[in-house]
Amino acid sequence: MVKNEHITDEQFNQKVEKDLLSHLVSQKRKGNIFVIILVVILLIGVFAYYRQIRYGLIVTSMRDYTSWGVYISNFVFFVAISLVGSLISSMLKLSKATWSIPLTRISEIIAIAAIFCASIIIIVDMGRPDRFLNVLIHGRIQSPILWDVMIISTYLVISMLLLYISLIPDLALCRDKLTHVSGFRKWFYRVFSVNWKGSPEQYKILHSIITILSIVVLPIAFSIHTVTSWLFSTTWRPGWDSTNLGPYFVSGALMAGAAVIVVAMYFIRNAYNLKEYLTDKIFDKMGKLLVLLSLVYLYFNINEYLGPAFKMVGVEGEHIIELFVGKYAGMYWAVQILGLIMPIIVLSFAWGRKPFIMLIISMLALLGAWVKRFLIVIPSLQHPYLPIQNVDESYRHYVPSWEEWAITFASFAGCLLIITFLLRILPVIPIWEMKKGVEPKPQEV
Amino acid sequence: MRYAMAIDTKKCVGCSDCVVACQTENNVPEGFCRDWVTESVSGTYPQVEIELRSERCNHCEDAPCVRCCPTGASQIVDGGIVIVEHDECIGCGACIESCPYDARYVHPEGYVDKCTFCLHRVTEGLQPACVSVCPTKCMYFGDIDDPNSEISNMLKTRKQKTLAPEAGTNPHIFYLI
Repeated sequence: MVKNEHITDEQFNQKVEKDLLSHLVSQKRKGNIFVIILVVILLIGVFAYYRQIRYGLIVTSMRDYTSWGVYISNFVFFVAISLVGSLISSMLKLSKATWSIPLTRISEIIAIAAIFCASIIIIVDMGRPDRFLNVLIHGRIQSPILWDVMIISTYLVISMLLLYISLIPDLALCRDKLTHVSGFRKWFYRVFSVNWKGSPEQYKILHSIITILSIVVLPIAFSIHTVTSWLFSTTWRPGWDSTNLGPYFVSGALMAGAAVIVVAMYFIRNAYNLKEYLTDKIFDKMGKLLVLLSLVYLYFNINEYLGPAFKMVGVEGEHIIELFVGKYAGMYWAVQILGLIMPIIVLSFAWGRKPFIMLIISMLALLGAWVKRFLIVIPSLQHPYLPIQNVDESYRHYVPSWEEWAITFASFAGCLLIITFLLRILPVIPIWEMKKGVEPKPQEV
Repeated sequence: MRYAMAIDTKKCVGCSDCVVACQTENNVPEGFCRDWVTESVSGTYPQVEIELRSERCNHCEDAPCVRCCPTGASQIVDGGIVIVEHDECIGCGACIESCPYDARYVHPEGYVDKCTFCLHRVTEGLQPACVSVCPTKCMYFGDIDDPNSEISNMLKTRKQKTLAPEAGTNPHIFYLI
């Protein structure tokens, strides 16, 4: 929000507090219906998972060739989404962009929800989830799976810290101002605001912790996507056997992250009436950022496909044909055109960076990002390096079973539920960073 | 001691008896296989050649599946046989994706399963099930470290190849051509 010339800092801060705490005071009925729908989807997914535990992975359509199905592509998608946290609250913050401050908390919340769902999905995909502890007991550091487990848990912890540390002043504010809320929330605000008084020393410590965290999270965020790509690129499969896969995944994740924040921003601003804070100008800036990230992604896309498509060697060639003109061609070109080229074109123009148009474009980019990950995982699996002949037709086709879809949708519902829950107890925009002149400036050295 | 298998592609008739024997011996669930027969056609009519190969896990010396296993369930036991310790396997599938030969599958019970050279039979001094049923006796199983074993003699006297040597895994199924 832009500060008007003829109001004092104090009046401004009071308005900011009132506006930004209002969504914590009154909960809307519409929101409850939304939550009920999500819970129902989640429960259907839980039932599907019960069936999977009861009867084994045989209830899925995953067979000999396609042994990593929609679960793993969904996992890669969630990992990609989780980069949004470090994009906004680390990269933009470290580059001293002030316009993105209102987005930091939303992005951190989304990051945590996404990475949490990603780890759940991995467990769902395991044949023997009951033996998950074997990874810790018998863990072999040489295995890419173990790298993934380590990096995901590290990222989850760092993201939670990043969210929590920057929340402390706001939790203290909630503790002081929100007196008519339930006992649980009073307790929550009191305990988690850890005696925050807002003294200069506390602000100094807070700032240094946030700076350290936002630097530390960067290499971890890059690693999480790179390690996920290594799960694939350390194998001999066509389409995965690529040195480009790491940056390709990271750039795709950055783009998906930027898209998800636009979508979240649009709905939050309408639901909570935050037009003054999540302004059209922020949409405009995010649009420009999205174009930039899409261009980087486009560059790595060309890198990824040009080499193999030019050479057309053996199974790599078959894989390219299947993607470009074969049975996945429709999906492939839809993703590349609607999910990548179109955002670049539309968002390059000022009229395309209006909130509603950006919502549509970002939704398409997100859908594209999901389907793209499907296209990365599944077609490769259907071309083993040395195929078995005369295999059952079911080997060559992969249509996820209803259990797989139910669990996939449940993972989305779960992600949205976590976000909704956190939005109901936490101020959605960092209030202390929006206020003017409250923060005692530490003495300049 | 190093177990290996040599398969004579000139003698193989592609009857798939080895496949049936394996499925029965190891109780392989329906829809999956530990071994299979491949018919590889080269050339154009009238100079056409068909090579029949009974394929399975290559029990590689430098096995990518063993390398990428997070728990060590995939392991190389005495005699160079690559096995999956069912009780330690978490069913993540990393080994399946890393195998150049597509020799592994997820068992409906959740763990990953593959050819074991019929370890339970070999330790009792028997031949693997596939070898023992082959009607043309085109498969030879034995210790290649022993210079007098039948398989060593076959490999000394016959021209041979391995599959996907470019994968650099040092496979131990030899095809006599």
